[in-house]
Amino acid sequence: MNKNIDTKKIIISNPLKLDCGKVINNFPIAYETYGELNSEKSNAILVFHALTGDQYVSGKNPITNKDGWWSYTVGENKPIDTKKFFVICANVIGGCMGSYGPSTISESTGKQIGTDFPIITINDMVNAQYELIKCLEIEKLFAVVGGSMGGMQVLQFVANFPDKAKLAIPIACTSSHSAQNIAFNELGRQAIMADSKWENGFYSNYKLNPDKGLAVARMAAHITYLSEKGLQEKFGRKLQDRDSLKYGFEADFQIESYLRYQGSVFVDRFDANSYLYITRAMDYFDLSKQYKGNLSDAFKKTKTKFFVISFTSDWLYPTSENREIVIALNSIGADVGFVEIESDKGHDSFLLDVPSFLKTLGDYINSTYKIINERRI
Amino acid sequence: MKEEFNIISNLIEENTRVLDVGCGNGDLMKFLQENKTKDIRGLEISKEKVQNCLSKGLTVIEGNAESDLKQFPKSSFDYVILSQTLQAFLNPELVINELLKVGKKVIVTIPNFGYWRVRLQLLFKGTMPVTENLPHEWYNTPNLHMCTIKDFYNFCSTKNIKIFKSIALKKSRISEINKSNLNYKNLDSHLGIFLIES
Repeated sequence: MNKNIDTKKIIISNPLKLDCGKVINNFPIAYETYGELNSEKSNAILVFHALTGDQYVSGKNPITNKDGWWSYTVGENKPIDTKKFFVICANVIGGCMGSYGPSTISESTGKQIGTDFPIITINDMVNAQYELIKCLEIEKLFAVVGGSMGGMQVLQFVANFPDKAKLAIPIACTSSHSAQNIAFNELGRQAIMADSKWENGFYSNYKLNPDKGLAVARMAAHITYLSEKGLQEKFGRKLQDRDSLKYGFEADFQIESYLRYQGSVFVDRFDANSYLYITRAMDYFDLSKQYKGNLSDAFKKTKTKFFVISFTSDWLYPTSENREIVIALNSIGADVGFVEIESDKGHDSFLLDVPSFLKTLGDYINSTYKIINERRI
Repeated sequence: MKEEFNIISNLIEENTRVLDVGCGNGDLMKFLQENKTKDIRGLEISKEKVQNCLSKGLTVIEGNAESDLKQFPKSSFDYVILSQTLQAFLNPELVINELLKVGKKVIVTIPNFGYWRVRLQLLFKGTMPVTENLPHEWYNTPNLHMCTIKDFYNFCSTKNIKIFKSIALKKSRISEINKSNLNYKNLDSHLGIFLIES
């Protein structure tokens, strides 16, 4: 991992009490912004990233040299147009792109914190990012937007700060992690921890990296982001650079080669301990439990407008789970719109070029921005 | 269409909370938003139409009235509108009951199968009627439960549903329906508009 590239960072001096009971202070939050904040400070959109995302939403990611993870959605003349909106995205705490996480160097030991890092939750991530918004002196965001784990952060943000966003768009997410979600995350964690180079999380002390374990974790997770139909159409039983089976364990099939590739590029940009901590945070997420089993209570104090989006072929965060959010909001008369977008690209649909998603999202954000601004005048 | 929107709009008090069930592309919602109230929601079954509504900034939920009205609390809207959609449900009676639960008042509009032009087609041509208002053939119509103004009027009295106002529309001519002119209005109107309460 190239850690030498300058990332925009802010040191949060306010102490933050984590759900696990520990208090952190003077910790870094790495972030990136796009576009300009207008003079009324009314055009700010906070984007939350998913499990393996980072602050580089759009443009070139300076670390990977690839396009930002949400380039289809955010950028100039994109659905979230950075000529119009001021887009902020922060690396979550627990992450490995400059925010306080297990790969942060401890001042006292001069070594990476490793698994001495405290367990963090979605709630902690959101509270940390709220500190960033305060530092940027933005009183009220126009919108909070995110997919997958980003969507969970959207829900938590509105629950925690009911009057800090006018619009909330949780995409392809859930209000509580299901047994299936936890199971897949556990599979990934076990793959990492089974790698002998993991060294109980202190691999950096030995100049090691549990790359094999992390790659397997990524391969397994990657399958859950796709759909059966998508996989079948793209790969089928097609062979990789060969005309016939080789009767061995090399990557005979294209799908094998593809997954191996996905695993191998992932370990270059992601920290294994971060993977453990962030998946744990997702597993612990249960917003209704935070409100004594009543999800509606999470949103009782808010006037924020909601727009919930799901995808037909997403079996990781299926429409039924997104609908539960809509039902909870409807039952308290909240202002909520909902659509399930037709796509065979699985959970990953929100990251990809899915025209009806991009159009609906963009049109909705732009017309709502117009309506809200007109009302204020 | 415009006349129907005007009549519905006139039945609604200003700045009330409205739900449009089967809101289509959101034309009525937009009309009411401009003329009556900002606080309006829609429910629509077609993905494409939901996307069109959302693109206009309208608050619409993709869902099926027969199963998804349950999620709204009792009396959570001042008015619930069902515009020319009742006949397309598998179970119209259930839908009416759900509407009456969710809304304090309900506005139902009905393409009148008792309109003389419709009756004549069946009588003289001997084929299922196809009119401007009912443009589908029998084999592709979404309309499963066609009814007449008189049918709906009788339905309300059988089920003890209060009719506050009942209006008949012929072309752009508007008139009130009452017990004594019911048979005539049932023959002479293409659309019936009812304001009801449980």
